[in-house]
Amino acid sequence: MTVEVIGISVLWLFLFGYVIVASIDFGAGFFNASTIVTGKHHIVNSVIQRYLSPVWEITNVFLVFFFVGMIGFFPSTAYYFGTVLLIPISISIILLALRGSYYAFGTYGTKGHVGYTLMYGVTGVLIPASLSTALIVSQGGFIRETATGRIELDYLALFTSPFAWSIILLSLVSVLFISASFLAYYSSVAEDKGALKLFRRYTWIWSFPTIITALGIIIEMKWHNIEHFQGLLSLWWLFALSFVCFVMSLWLLKKGQYGWSFIFVVLQFAIAFYGYGVSRYPYLLYPNLTIYDGFTNETMAYALITVFILGLLLLIPSLYLVFKLFIMNKPYIKKGKV
Amino acid sequence: MESVEFSRYLTMLTLSVHVVFATVGVGVPIFIAIAHWLGLKRGDEHYLLLAKRWARGYVISVAVGVVTGTAIALQLALLWPRFMEFAGQLVALPLFMETFAFFFEAIFLGIYLYTWNRFKNPKHHFLLLIPVVLGAAMSALFITSVNAFMNTPQGFTLVDGQLTNIQPLLAMFNPAMPTKVAHVLTSAYMTAAFILASIAAFHLWRGNNHVYHRKALSLTMKVALIFSIATALVGDLSGKFLAEYQPEKLAAAEWHFETEGEAPLVLYGILTETNEVKYAIRIPYALSILVHSHPSGVVTGLNDIPEEYHPPYLIHYFFDIMVTIGVWLTVLSLFYMVALWRNWSVIKSKMFRFLLVTSGPLAMVAIQAGWWFTEVGRQPWIMRGFMTTAEGATDSPHVPLMLVAFAILYFILVVGTGVVLTRMFKNNPVEKELEKINAIQRSEAK
Repeated sequence: MTVEVIGISVLWLFLFGYVIVASIDFGAGFFNASTIVTGKHHIVNSVIQRYLSPVWEITNVFLVFFFVGMIGFFPSTAYYFGTVLLIPISISIILLALRGSYYAFGTYGTKGHVGYTLMYGVTGVLIPASLSTALIVSQGGFIRETATGRIELDYLALFTSPFAWSIILLSLVSVLFISASFLAYYSSVAEDKGALKLFRRYTWIWSFPTIITALGIIIEMKWHNIEHFQGLLSLWWLFALSFVCFVMSLWLLKKGQYGWSFIFVVLQFAIAFYGYGVSRYPYLLYPNLTIYDGFTNETMAYALITVFILGLLLLIPSLYLVFKLFIMNKPYIKKGKV
Repeated sequence: MESVEFSRYLTMLTLSVHVVFATVGVGVPIFIAIAHWLGLKRGDEHYLLLAKRWARGYVISVAVGVVTGTAIALQLALLWPRFMEFAGQLVALPLFMETFAFFFEAIFLGIYLYTWNRFKNPKHHFLLLIPVVLGAAMSALFITSVNAFMNTPQGFTLVDGQLTNIQPLLAMFNPAMPTKVAHVLTSAYMTAAFILASIAAFHLWRGNNHVYHRKALSLTMKVALIFSIATALVGDLSGKFLAEYQPEKLAAAEWHFETEGEAPLVLYGILTETNEVKYAIRIPYALSILVHSHPSGVVTGLNDIPEEYHPPYLIHYFFDIMVTIGVWLTVLSLFYMVALWRNWSVIKSKMFRFLLVTSGPLAMVAIQAGWWFTEVGRQPWIMRGFMTTAEGATDSPHVPLMLVAFAILYFILVVGTGVVLTRMFKNNPVEKELEKINAIQRSEAK
């Protein structure tokens, strides 16, 4: 395994970590807001608040982690993505900023303000959409060179591309699916029957659009980027495995094994996510940048990997502590003031 | 104007907002820890409540610090893609470590806030603050080392535009790093001390003479004095550092044109268009003494530096603001301590208390002025000696639009923070909370 592959694997791990924790967070915010509108807020409020409050900060750090690691391992991406994505990523930053600060204002400041909660929900579904433009652009086909030799994002191509919209749609529905599945598990630990019933239903509702859009994207890839499509096909067994996990998770959901059901949801996404990552090898940005020509110098790569290992030694026990105190801790989830 | 100008303004705007919350973020945990520790040690409800209330306000500022920090982290690549492409190969290590330190802090802060009364042994709860304090200081250390690298790049060799012989640790521990980190940390603790002192002084000034506020004031002022002196000492070392490694920055700050010995220190004044200094106070020999600890030491003047590398002479004003506030606050806290010790009643006067109320905002102004001085002072470079600001900037034409968008965002954030913090503490005054605690204790005693 070359050091470039280690680098991209580490980054892919961060990104996957962000996808899962952020999905739970974004989805929770969305359910929290939508139940206000549908008048079911009292059912889910306490479960969601008790999960979100101690962990909301951690979510953001995952994103910065991925981002800083990306520039560390692949400095050239700073030039390409930085130049092209000024507007979409700035929009994400603004939404993230509003969301984070309004959550803090609403939770620690003036409690229970409806405006803050709605804002938190709405921004939560817009952020995955704006962040996924980075993923879409990296597929290639949306960057054009101007007469003066600058590179810029081809907005017309982006907004009229069914492929781009499918990815955005997938990011939206999978956020809701992952989140509902986790919250179903969380409410079952809390023995909160009302919330459990609601989240179980949400999991069912959002599971099918997720799998349908995911399949649709694989097919669309054929017209969008044939090389990548063939890459996906050669890994068909991974995607089949991911589908099996999807079926398993639904079966376990029906059986009332919510913890295992959620684990299979994570597995489903992990396998598909890594399969997708491998299939686009070795491109970071098709066709401008591969992981080989964008890679940092070897000294820095080894230094980063060393620090990464040391950092994990520090983080894993700390995350375990959070898990033990807030996520697996029955008395905390059930009772205790938020 | 070009993208580079707008990129500079947007970066300046983001960092100026971020540094307010970042300074609070680095400085305040140590005070929460001191108050919590004193509370446990003396069994004093007042100190425990101080820790609790400070922590509550702290979270709001951390939240805004996190989001503005995320903004600047991403903006670095969005606004300065060429620079990040180049420097990413050299400073990725401290950037990466900064994220780890921050992650560590975030985790333990979350746990600390949600575990009041959850530990059987209250000391275990207190111990959670140690990673918070350490994480905050470490992230300041790492990120400042990146900034220091931009001032004094080293740890690589540039051969025909190609980087070779890269030494990440050498890049991190560059000449500017020790003084910069020390100055950032001491001034953050100093500023946090004065901000918390301002809050206590505000209540006393308004005529609330509760012992809680008096305890808070004397605790924060003591620490403020210590860190004011430390900040001044490190500031002196930073001046000596500048003379050696960035003479153009010091010369511009001091409007020092002729290279000469027995150089005077120029305070205040204005600069005419022909580069004459008017209405200034000159302290003879002081600049030479500052730089060389010797009255006849020779200090490089701007005339010996090629003009295209001169920083804007405007930084003189930033330097003056920073130093004046620093000296004033040191004197103020020293006077307060002496008066407290000698029992002078003047510190209980409304006038003096008002001076204390202004100390926190003043310290924050000094932080801003100091950063503007150091950042504007390294123009025209983004990486001194290697890359100019214009070479590092994006060529996207959309930066002005983003500048407007972010200005609106920061306006909302800053106003929101102000409103929420005021409401939070106004609606729940200390007396009410102490009464509640007493009521609980009474019912437990029964």
